[in-house]
Amino acid sequence: MVVASLFFYLFATVTVASAFMVIASRNPVHSVLFLILAFFNAAGLFMLTGAEFLALILIVVYVGAVAVLFLFVVMMLDVDFAEMREGFLQYLPIGALIGLVLAIELILVLGSFAIDTETVAATAVQPIPDLAETSNIKALGDLLYTKYIFFFQLSGLILLVAMVGAIVLTLSHRPDVKRQNVAEQVARDPNDVVLASVKSGEGI
Amino acid sequence: MEIAQIPNLALAAPEMWLAGGAMVLLMIGVFSGDGATRIVTGLSVALLVLAGVWLIWSPQMGMAFENAFIMDPFARLMKILVLIGSAVAIAMSVGFAKLENFSRFEYPILIVLATLGMLLMVSANDLIALYLGLEMQALSLYVVAAINRDSLRSTEAGLKYFVLGALSSGMLLYGASLIYGFTGHTNFAGIAEAMAEERTLGMIFGIVFILAGIAFKISAVPFHMWTPDVYEGAPTPVTAFFAAAPKVAAMAMLVRIVHEAFEPAAIDWRQIISFIAIASMVLGAFAAIGQSNIKRLMAYSSIGHMGFALVGLAAGTEEGVSGVVLYMLIYMVMTLGTFACILAMRRSDGMVEEISDLSGLSRTNPMMALMLTALMFSLAGIPPLAGFWAKYFVFLAAIQAELYILSVIGVLASVVGAFYYLRVVKTIWFDEPQSGFVPMAGELRLVLAASGIFTIFYVLVAGQLSQTATAAARSFF
Repeated sequence: MVVASLFFYLFATVTVASAFMVIASRNPVHSVLFLILAFFNAAGLFMLTGAEFLALILIVVYVGAVAVLFLFVVMMLDVDFAEMREGFLQYLPIGALIGLVLAIELILVLGSFAIDTETVAATAVQPIPDLAETSNIKALGDLLYTKYIFFFQLSGLILLVAMVGAIVLTLSHRPDVKRQNVAEQVARDPNDVVLASVKSGEGI
Repeated sequence: MEIAQIPNLALAAPEMWLAGGAMVLLMIGVFSGDGATRIVTGLSVALLVLAGVWLIWSPQMGMAFENAFIMDPFARLMKILVLIGSAVAIAMSVGFAKLENFSRFEYPILIVLATLGMLLMVSANDLIALYLGLEMQALSLYVVAAINRDSLRSTEAGLKYFVLGALSSGMLLYGASLIYGFTGHTNFAGIAEAMAEERTLGMIFGIVFILAGIAFKISAVPFHMWTPDVYEGAPTPVTAFFAAAPKVAAMAMLVRIVHEAFEPAAIDWRQIISFIAIASMVLGAFAAIGQSNIKRLMAYSSIGHMGFALVGLAAGTEEGVSGVVLYMLIYMVMTLGTFACILAMRRSDGMVEEISDLSGLSRTNPMMALMLTALMFSLAGIPPLAGFWAKYFVFLAAIQAELYILSVIGVLASVVGAFYYLRVVKTIWFDEPQSGFVPMAGELRLVLAASGIFTIFYVLVAGQLSQTATAAARSFF
């Protein structure tokens, strides 16, 4: 038990600290790396509660795909983040003040809210399965593809809309851009190929 | 292990039809390129019309998918309205797309997907279903707002809509999580049951956040800021779409959630709705006075009209809901007709959108002037046109529910609002004519004629329509 709480505080502290560093660090690449650290520690927290499937999904999806995508964007786009963030400190006090007021209000309202595990178990629409008998994935799948099939399918459709939207807004067929034609390249006669040594920075 | 039952799929047949149809159309579009725009546009209208026909002929009512999806007379009527709104919006875009060079086959498909989201919103009987339907509709709308991506104004409109829409979704989700946390249910019936037992402060907070999120979608004050900019920036057929069907769907969703889930907390939400209604009516009336762009004018007009519709909801009675249903029906018809006119404001050198461009329309195009005048009078609420009856029924319900202050403010706001509608009429009839517009396209003529005739001769069908609206409202009582 002591080990578990020790790990909980370790993961929680590192998560919060690295989340703060994401917005505080000057170098955007460092921000992304801190984000990855935050994801890993959040996965550790999931692991502690026995949700191993969610923990692994978090690492695969967020670290494997999303964070790498962020890195690409940060490195490919020539955005001067330091300049963008110049106003950050200027607005920090007022932003912090508003956030503080909102937080105090919410704490006052919701402070009385305590989760009683017994009532939760009694009123749960679907009984929580015993983790000793069934695995995470099986329990999730049992719900996702039966009771929540409607929501599952709808989420899929929303992703389709997002994909169509991204393509509509970004894909352009500009006639002046040369594109690679693989079939043409493969079908080329080796005798026609002209080899030229190009000096760097000059072109042909 | 328990074997899952196959849900009653016939209830959700229109939704499945639209989902499958949209994917087939996507295939057609992708494989035949932009040349297929005409076919895809025609087929999308056909898809929506067939879904509507199914709804009219299929009397099946009930719930499906573990009570997350409900089909009742109210849902049926609102879905038919949404389908009409979307089909007309696609049809009205045909001429514009050709002339303004934005013939993308994705446009009608995105509208079909948005319509699917709207149908799900109308039928949502569960917080998760509500959110998923809303998000599907909203995502499609963000893309459609920015679809003319070479235009700076269109992309700005899309981005603005996206950022503010994401914020409102966040508020809605936060409210939903509070409601779930305090009641233990996402299903509307379960929430109502838990609320009837005990009402805590946390639940009220949840209601406030959810209502704020939905108020954004119907562009009610104080969550209206995006409306004028998005309406002005988006291509005109897109604005016509935004002003009609999504408003109907969001209003239907609001009516259902307050009456099914938050029924025990009626005292609380009626206060909030009353405030939103007053603020929307007053701002819609006063802010529109200074506008010179007709699309911005319509944005403020729609804010005001949402306020009037909410008056009926604030009453919290069966008459009130029936008034809201009727109001949305009439509002949608009037808006589509007005946008048919705005889309016809085209000179030989391109589209114009200033109110002053309408001057002397009575001499250059008397028929369009007559129809637009009727629509403006109706939007202002002058008897015996349709708009008057819409306002009459919501105010009647409010007075019956003893909301006197709300009704008085509403009537005063409607008088102020009449000023700017009448100013458009004055510009049409009494100002010096400018060079005329190019002849109206066939589909716009059809929409304008249908809408104008409905508005002028509303009294002839009034009895039947209010019967239908009452039958729909009875779903909740």
